[in-house]
Amino acid sequence: MPDETFEPKIVGFCCNWCSYRAADLAGTARIKYAPNVRILRVMCSGRVDPSFVLKALASGADGVLVAGCHPGECHYISQNYKAMRRYHMLKHTLAGLGVEPDRVRLVWASAAEGQQFADAVDKLVEDVRRLGPLRWPANWTEDGHRREAIAGMAKEHEEAMEVLP
Amino acid sequence: MAEKIGVYVCHCGSNIAGTVDVEEVARWAGASLPGVAVARDYKFMCSSLGQQMIEEDIRTQGLTRVVVAACSPHLHEKTFRRACENAGLNPYLLQMTNIREHCSWVHTDRAAATAKAKGLVSAAVRRVAEQQPLERMYVKVNPATLVVGGGIAGLQATLELADAGYPVYLVEREPSIGGHMAQFDKTFPTLDCSACILTPKMSEVGQHDKVTLLTYSELEEVSGSVGNFKVKIRKRARMVDAAKCTGCGICIEKCPRKIRDEQFEVGMGYRKSIYTPFPQAVPRIPVIDTANCTFFTRGKCQVCSKVCPTQAIDYEQKDEIVELEVGNIILATGWKLFDCRKLPQYGFGRLANVFSNMEFERLSNAAGPTNGKIVLRDGKTEPRSVAIIHCVGSRDTNHNAYCSSVCCMAALKFGHLILEKTQAEVYSFYIDMRAPQKDYEEFYQRLLEEGMHFIRGKVAEVTNAARKPEEAGKLIVQFEDTLLGRQRRLPVDMVVLMGALEPQADAKEFGIRSCISCSEGGWYIERHPKLDPVATMTDGVFVAGACQGPKDIPASVVQGAAAAARVAGMISKGTVMVEPVVATINEEECSGCRICNTMCPFNAIEFDEEKQVSRVVTALCKGCGTCVAACPAGAITGAHFNNRQIFAEIEGALWDAINGETASEPHDAGTERSLLAGLSNP
Repeated sequence: MPDETFEPKIVGFCCNWCSYRAADLAGTARIKYAPNVRILRVMCSGRVDPSFVLKALASGADGVLVAGCHPGECHYISQNYKAMRRYHMLKHTLAGLGVEPDRVRLVWASAAEGQQFADAVDKLVEDVRRLGPLRWPANWTEDGHRREAIAGMAKEHEEAMEVLP
Repeated sequence: MAEKIGVYVCHCGSNIAGTVDVEEVARWAGASLPGVAVARDYKFMCSSLGQQMIEEDIRTQGLTRVVVAACSPHLHEKTFRRACENAGLNPYLLQMTNIREHCSWVHTDRAAATAKAKGLVSAAVRRVAEQQPLERMYVKVNPATLVVGGGIAGLQATLELADAGYPVYLVEREPSIGGHMAQFDKTFPTLDCSACILTPKMSEVGQHDKVTLLTYSELEEVSGSVGNFKVKIRKRARMVDAAKCTGCGICIEKCPRKIRDEQFEVGMGYRKSIYTPFPQAVPRIPVIDTANCTFFTRGKCQVCSKVCPTQAIDYEQKDEIVELEVGNIILATGWKLFDCRKLPQYGFGRLANVFSNMEFERLSNAAGPTNGKIVLRDGKTEPRSVAIIHCVGSRDTNHNAYCSSVCCMAALKFGHLILEKTQAEVYSFYIDMRAPQKDYEEFYQRLLEEGMHFIRGKVAEVTNAARKPEEAGKLIVQFEDTLLGRQRRLPVDMVVLMGALEPQADAKEFGIRSCISCSEGGWYIERHPKLDPVATMTDGVFVAGACQGPKDIPASVVQGAAAAARVAGMISKGTVMVEPVVATINEEECSGCRICNTMCPFNAIEFDEEKQVSRVVTALCKGCGTCVAACPAGAITGAHFNNRQIFAEIEGALWDAINGETASEPHDAGTERSLLAGLSNP
């Protein structure tokens, strides 16, 4: 059952030219949206290394928003297409890691789309809230049991290696 | 060396402080964030006192990094970088974080907004500690300027620059420069004739030795950046050789094909298939309208070619792409008229004697289809009563919420012209009468005295369905007189709709092509609505005139001149600073896989065949960072946006979630510090 009081923490990566300005416009137009996304600025959505997304999730974020210019409108001609390619690969990787791919979202927002940006934030916050907390860092606490299990695995591995010529 | 970080949290009056507890954010930053030596809040950080405070702290406290939590860096990053520089700190050791547009203005819950502001400040503090001093780069500014749009704003900008001795390329998509102003009859409030004040400017531009005129041409592509833009312009085929044509006009006279002129005469008059839009056109070189030319549609005729004394007609002419190099670009692409058909209740296009404002301009213009006689659609009957309806498509949430700003005055001008030229009674249906500029209010008073009738209320309908005998054959205006508080009907002979000014249909697409953005409505966004009204977010691209928002002739002229002054300043300075945000490749780590080579759309990465490594050509790099993210060896560093900086920023942004905690209650300061201290940099 979803936790009613759960407030997701989301990191947003906005490109300097379109989506960051869309967020600026949402501000100047006083459009209200959920306060859960903390926006970091990169020059282009193409700069968003998949490791940034993983880093955010590993640092306790429940979701990640990547926002860029609309396809065909990239300030750097076509770099948002590269972001798009990486995003789809990243979704597969996340699924493989057992993370719901819905926690990570790529959206397009032109500098004129303050309302659309706000809507995208609200939608993501709502979806992540439904998924519940990710608690990635908590899953990696080094408790005795885990350490024992890892030591056991290492030992097994060593033994297996010894058999080989 | 441990960094000494100064954190400055701005109240922005009550803009931020109204929603975010700024004192708490500053106090918390000072107490809890690593490396913070000074944390202050202040009413207006961008004020000179605020800046002085930062400078003072850098000098006296030996700050090595500065974080300003205020508005968007697009607004004031320059201001605070300058403050840092003044105090001897490298400007790239500043980080701004946006707690106004991205926080206080978009949230209502004070606790949540404060928590978010803390997250943003924490991210900035963690990031700034990783930032590195960068040296600015300077590039030469090409003295040539491209002006797009030959209306009054573009003409003014062109003349200012050309008179200052700088070369200008003026691109206009119509066959002649002049813009909308060339269509107008008189201009308010002085009532001087539009053509009389415009055409001298047009011919000056046409004859200026510093101006290269490219009419019937469109901007296709912009590349490069401030100081050194490369632009491609499509010169559409005129089918007339400009070098041979003398502008005698005999081809126009002899052309047998007459068609309705939907552009310049807005369907009120006719022109030939080979034409100049109006007699004073600059240049005087005609254009063949190939869609309507008998030769191009049916393969016969060629009269123009036969009569041309200089053999200038060239049916084989093709579109030509002209490539130019310019240092700056001024966009003065103007506006288009609201399609009054969108308000079917007013009957435009259905009831013959309902005119749009532009139609009325042509009707009243001495060079127009009726030689300036104000008559009904039949071309001969003088109206005995005229209703002028304001705010058609403007101040209307169904169409355009904004005020088109010129229509009240234009309506007064129409009223004056009708009263002067006819015996008609004139009724103005207004919502609010807006006459805020110099001599405008006086003009309104003048019309009150001249006997124009003013009725406050929005018209519901214009109909030809008569209810009473006296309404028969008339247009009946159904309206609410809000001063009398009554529904009324008024039979008139003619109705003029004051259609709204709208952005050009292709404004958005064109803006993208020129690297600038539009507001929701489609008007180009200036860098700052009050303090920087002609610059845009893209350095070297300026806007002037109605493409930035509805405005009248004086305001367009002011903007044209202002944009030119900004460009002239850049040219006379000779160089312009460019951000040192570029990528560099560490050759020792590069495996030579060449993945980055294909990533760069600017061809800024070259491959060294001998060493088998890639290298960034700094002058071409735009700093997007895509190659940095793509390099499988991690050999590329993006200056000012490197991985260490962004990782630190991510950790900082998640200060309250870093241990799997997701509750937003503030932590005990001691715990936080130990948590943050426990994180090692990647």
